[in-house]
Amino acid sequence: MDTGALNSYLPLYVRAFFLTVRIGWTGIALSLAIGIAGAFVLHFKVPVLSKVIKAYVELFRNTPLLVQLFFIYFGLPKAGIAIPAETCGILGLGLLGGSYMTESLRSGLDAVPVSQTESALALGFTKRRIFMYVILPQAVISTMPAVMANIIFLLKETSVFSAISLMDLMFTAKDLIGLYYDTTECLFLLVVFYMIMLLPVSMLGSFVEKKVRFGIYGDQV
Amino acid sequence: MSPVIESIGIDVLFKGNNMMRLLSGLMAALKISMISVVLSIVIGLVLGMLMTLNKPAIKVVSRIYLETVRIMPQMVLLFIVYFGATKAMGLNLSAETASIIVFTFWGSAEMADLVRGALISIPVIQYESSYALGMTGLQTYLYVIIPQTVRRLLPLAINLITRMIKTTSLVMMIGIVEVLKVGQQIIEANRKSSPNAAFGVFATVFLLYFIACWPISLLSRYLEKKAA
Repeated sequence: MDTGALNSYLPLYVRAFFLTVRIGWTGIALSLAIGIAGAFVLHFKVPVLSKVIKAYVELFRNTPLLVQLFFIYFGLPKAGIAIPAETCGILGLGLLGGSYMTESLRSGLDAVPVSQTESALALGFTKRRIFMYVILPQAVISTMPAVMANIIFLLKETSVFSAISLMDLMFTAKDLIGLYYDTTECLFLLVVFYMIMLLPVSMLGSFVEKKVRFGIYGDQV
Repeated sequence: MSPVIESIGIDVLFKGNNMMRLLSGLMAALKISMISVVLSIVIGLVLGMLMTLNKPAIKVVSRIYLETVRIMPQMVLLFIVYFGATKAMGLNLSAETASIIVFTFWGSAEMADLVRGALISIPVIQYESSYALGMTGLQTYLYVIIPQTVRRLLPLAINLITRMIKTTSLVMMIGIVEVLKVGQQIIEANRKSSPNAAFGVFATVFLLYFIACWPISLLSRYLEKKAA
């Protein structure tokens, strides 16, 4: 491997890395916001809204991010809605992630056994308190592994942003390979930067999964 | 044609055989995903069963394999195999072969993890009870463990198929002419006559993927409910 080439490419990769991380985590924050709102709507069966959320979840869970981005970035401007590339990336990732998060968080809320609600009612809890002190803590803990898995999935999905000409890690690698043919060096740096981005999150995920195994109640031992 | 249809660029789809071209593009992508799905399921089943054996060497290797697949985006793997293999080993892989290798490598890991998860979720008491009833090891596997494992595994495995179909859209990035690429070609060719084609074409591609994946998702959910 040519260390000179590595050194000269490094700054480009660092810049692309920060762009990828920024878009990735902003998109994840957006997807969590959508997911929390969506899960509440579905859990409380809000009349019209829950139908809309259901349709949205189905639509975005069953289409690839690349196709969604193409539609948002190249298609929507023709209908008069032009969005800059970076916002497109965040929006696409947020919408895709939002559908996954909604599904995970909703199943967490619904998975708390009815006997928990009934016991709390018998103890004289109000509806609001049952939700705050009985349902929510259990639901949050039981969905943590799924949420972590979604975050890892979304961070990996950031690799398609190069398709809408965002200068992310993939774009940089492809560009440099095309320009200088230092394929080995470029791919090596690409792998290293993705490892820096994902390995800590993956390790945190495994740690969380181990921790919450003690947080499961009832007869699931 | 009505002005509304033209203004959102759906009209291109009715020109010539454009719709057929889009569909054949989708088929090109689906072919790659189906070959990878079949290979992944077979390899994943074997690997998953191997992983439940308590052999340290297998544990270490499978751990590294699963972790690699877990943190490396499929796009990166595609680039490594498609561009890297040519450079490092002088192999001149076609884009199709490279993508089948990558999706099988990735799918097998996912499948193996599902198989392992389903196998270890069967309580030890099931094995013990079977032995107490005088069943042999093979009988225990055939009549007690496998039926329960399959019921847990099936919805998850089918869900993996939809994920693999969705991921195949990435192959356009290494130059395979699939549905998105065909879409781009159609838009380019009709740039003058229908400038708004991008909206109609990409909306159609979006819907095509949805039509391909949604029934499989529904089947997976139905089986999951039935197994519970």
